[in-house]
Amino acid sequence: MVEAMSDATAEANAEDAEPKAQAPEDDDGPSAGQRLLAFLASPLVELGTLFGLGKEAVLWTFRRPFRLRLVIEQMEFIGVGSIFIVGLCGFFIGAVLGLQLVDGFRQFGAENQTGAVVGMAMAREIGPVFSALMVSSRAGSAMTTELGSMRVSDQINALVVMAVNPVQYLVVPRILAGIVMVPILTLLFNVIGLCGAYLVCVKMLGIDPGVFVGRMQWLVDWPDVLQGLTKATVFGGTISLIACRQGFYASGGAAGVGRATNRSVVHCAIAILALDYLVTAIVLGQGLF
Amino acid sequence: MGLFGFGKKPPTAEETARLEEARSDEVHVRVRDVHKSYGSHHVLKGVDFDVLRQKTNVVIGPSGSGKSVLMRQLIRLEKPDEGTITVDGVDFAQLRGMELERRRRNMGMVFQMSALFDSMTVFDNVAFPLREHTKMSRKEIEERVMDRLESLAIGHAAKKWPAELSGGMQRRVAVARAIVLETDILIYDEPTTGLDPLTVCTVDELIAETEEKFGVTSIVISHDMASVFRIADRITFLYFGDVVVSASPRELIERNDGPVMEYIEASGVSREFILANAKA
Repeated sequence: MVEAMSDATAEANAEDAEPKAQAPEDDDGPSAGQRLLAFLASPLVELGTLFGLGKEAVLWTFRRPFRLRLVIEQMEFIGVGSIFIVGLCGFFIGAVLGLQLVDGFRQFGAENQTGAVVGMAMAREIGPVFSALMVSSRAGSAMTTELGSMRVSDQINALVVMAVNPVQYLVVPRILAGIVMVPILTLLFNVIGLCGAYLVCVKMLGIDPGVFVGRMQWLVDWPDVLQGLTKATVFGGTISLIACRQGFYASGGAAGVGRATNRSVVHCAIAILALDYLVTAIVLGQGLF
Repeated sequence: MGLFGFGKKPPTAEETARLEEARSDEVHVRVRDVHKSYGSHHVLKGVDFDVLRQKTNVVIGPSGSGKSVLMRQLIRLEKPDEGTITVDGVDFAQLRGMELERRRRNMGMVFQMSALFDSMTVFDNVAFPLREHTKMSRKEIEERVMDRLESLAIGHAAKKWPAELSGGMQRRVAVARAIVLETDILIYDEPTTGLDPLTVCTVDELIAETEEKFGVTSIVISHDMASVFRIADRITFLYFGDVVVSASPRELIERNDGPVMEYIEASGVSREFILANAKA
């Protein structure tokens, strides 16, 4: 396995910088048909590249040297650096959710259920999705820019020349940090979001505090929280992988890095929403939780 | 080789003898019939030349002639489609996996824009290969790094960040990083691009000093003809994927090849300058 892994990596290292970017262009450009075909195939090519990088990252995760220091640095960047934005976002989303639900439920006299519904929605959906979106906007885009700049300034090639595998050195720590930190940020988002909802519902709109908390405890259970954390783990790994893929294979100078960062944010958002549905369908369909 | 790279076998007596024999050879790298294509574009069309041991070997040629592509094959950033690149008797073009990574440690490269890690200080940049590939203690690493930095006259910049350095100093740091692992071969990719004339001279001196002090074989890819004729022991002229000539600077001038002289004269460097500055 090691040989196969090393071969794949050595070749990948060599070819990382999108070889086609260095190939001189033919005199005759591609025909309209070829361009259409390329356009239609591009999502598949993108997925293939993403899975290729993901596979390599998994293989290099279990190979020495284990770079714990780099993982901790990335955990600090992704996790600690995102606490403020995730907390702020959580507070306002909790608050506005409380506001809307009380207003809606009052129409049929069910405002006492607000705590339960806010708790359930936060734990299962809103917490993981919004935390991941915040992390992808803040840390994911920064990852893409950093790796993209390293690519276009030959720093990644310098790693290869120094016989240091760039996937192991740059990509693996970021993916591991994403997998660990997004669930933690989701828990933080949930707690602060519930505080925001509590403040609005109880202090502003007069819902009884005992009822708010009691209904929440009655409806929300550990499996709901675990469902959210499962999603957060999947989102954390995915957004780090997408961000790294975009930066790692960036080309075309500063403008190319800008385009890669743009793609990274868009792809992360799409992936989070698509995976949210997929994971929910799997979890609910099989009754895992 | 054991699982996860453990249990690496030491070289056998036979391998050591073969390496010793190879190292006594005047030719350090033999490039034979190297081809490289990108799609339908054939960039290298059977390149043949020798790189002399502990000499400065310069590759010149017009833009688009394949110099940078050749450099990428030499350091194995890319694999040639055909041909051999023999380094100390081993075909570098066919190496794979761990063996390729092990051999790469004997080669260093100074990139066009230095490619220093901007998230690390100068000291950490130079210490990086030692931390990655040796079990040296912190003190030993510090001694080796400072030795290299001071021998290249940039010891005072150890705690600075790459962004705080001038272009010339960045090249020096890049050289220090490339030779800190006792490198045998050092490849410079257009080392004088974008530098002012005085700094160009400094970089030329740096290449010569590095070769002299550390006994490395230098391969320089350059466009700067004045610089080329100051430093070169051997010049290889690459013309649209083919080697037209590979000779010493004086031989090159005496041969008076059409495209070669046209290229050299277009750069504004006179025959007199070359004869006055070229190494014997």
